[in-house]
Amino acid sequence: MLRDALLVAGRDLRIEARSKVALWQVVPFSVLAMILFTFALGPNPAALTVSAPGFFWIALLFASILATQRSLSIEGSQATRESTRLLGLDPAGVFLGKVGALVAELVVIETILVGGTVLLYHVAFRNWLLLVASCALAAIGLASASVLYGSLAGGDRVRSTLLPILVLPVVAPVLIAGSRAFVAAIGSSGDGGRWVAVLAVFAIVYSVLGIVLYGPMEEI
Amino acid sequence: MASAIHLRSAVALTGRFPVLAGVDLDLDEGSVLVVLGANGAGKTSLLRLLAGLLALQSGTGEILGCDLSSHSRHVRRRVGLLGHDVGLYDELRPLENLTFALRAGRLDPALAAPALERTGITGRVAETPLGQLSAGQRRRVGLALLIARRPRLWLLDEPHASLDAPTRELVGELVEEAARAGATVVATSHEPELSVPMADLVATMAGGMIARMDLGGRQVFEGGD
Repeated sequence: MLRDALLVAGRDLRIEARSKVALWQVVPFSVLAMILFTFALGPNPAALTVSAPGFFWIALLFASILATQRSLSIEGSQATRESTRLLGLDPAGVFLGKVGALVAELVVIETILVGGTVLLYHVAFRNWLLLVASCALAAIGLASASVLYGSLAGGDRVRSTLLPILVLPVVAPVLIAGSRAFVAAIGSSGDGGRWVAVLAVFAIVYSVLGIVLYGPMEEI
Repeated sequence: MASAIHLRSAVALTGRFPVLAGVDLDLDEGSVLVVLGANGAGKTSLLRLLAGLLALQSGTGEILGCDLSSHSRHVRRRVGLLGHDVGLYDELRPLENLTFALRAGRLDPALAAPALERTGITGRVAETPLGQLSAGQRRRVGLALLIARRPRLWLLDEPHASLDAPTRELVGELVEEAARAGATVVATSHEPELSVPMADLVATMAGGMIARMDLGGRQVFEGGD
């Protein structure tokens, strides 16, 4: 399973490195969203800092949907999906590989968005460890849930509209726990560990569900 | 000779539509079957059923000793399917595509380069991402994957389509080589003048069923030998 996961992750990252869709489309989109949020609030540093956690995670959720669309479109055509199935790859390995590549892309996006919150929203982090842990776990949870529901959403034509409807309600716990952990990382509250635990549970549940269900769902 | 394909009253659906409506087919290992028929007769659906990609709704099916209903994943590992769309990755170069497929199938990636060379995918073409190649070149890459994987069952959906004359000849050579090596080949075609000479058997499909079975050119030639 791990061997297949590494193979698939390597393929997806190689394709991304060549097409640069995440770099030239998803990252600018998320940065633009962060900038537009500041326009909505106006030049009020205190309001910006208070709103930063929510805007950071909303921008990340939207970016993760776009990154997932792109990741799933690698096997977008029926012929590509079928030829992949003929290769004899372990479906659990395919799931983990796609999640792994998506996590790598989301971590890059998160890093840029964190930089954006510091520059645009005047945020100063006091607990970087908490921030890194919440971002890493959120990336795993978001990627796992998105790939799982993306496989359920079927081919490219339906997926582009169906995926956000399926995924956004499901990842609400990530938005809530991530925002609270972010607030704790700024130093405004002291219960960050509890919210990181929520993110960890979410990531574990969806990773296990994906490993178990991805194969049967691809057969539908 | 061992049986490669055994179908009895095989029915398969796409949605609610019966794309295969009771197919009976027996084929020995090392045989070449060409399937003719009008558009919508069920030729491509038959290939997808044989590849384990289309569920058997009713009837029985055994491919290379594996039951189609319960072991379709085992079937898939043993077959190679060349469709209209080769199903490879547009952003990857031909060699990268083949290397990925061979690694996924636990095969030696070193088999990729000679296979590409055999199909004329060399030089600058081999360094170009698949999405920038012509339809014919893409199909040659698909053929190279079959050569490299050496499946026990070759499933070719109109293998001569989009190919130039030398590559069409190559298809015939590859089919003959595969059959001599013990592989079974099933090819659909709209070009009987090209496909029938390479066949042991020729099936004509209509309405999701095999309406007629004849001897192909390969059988007639060997019979007269």
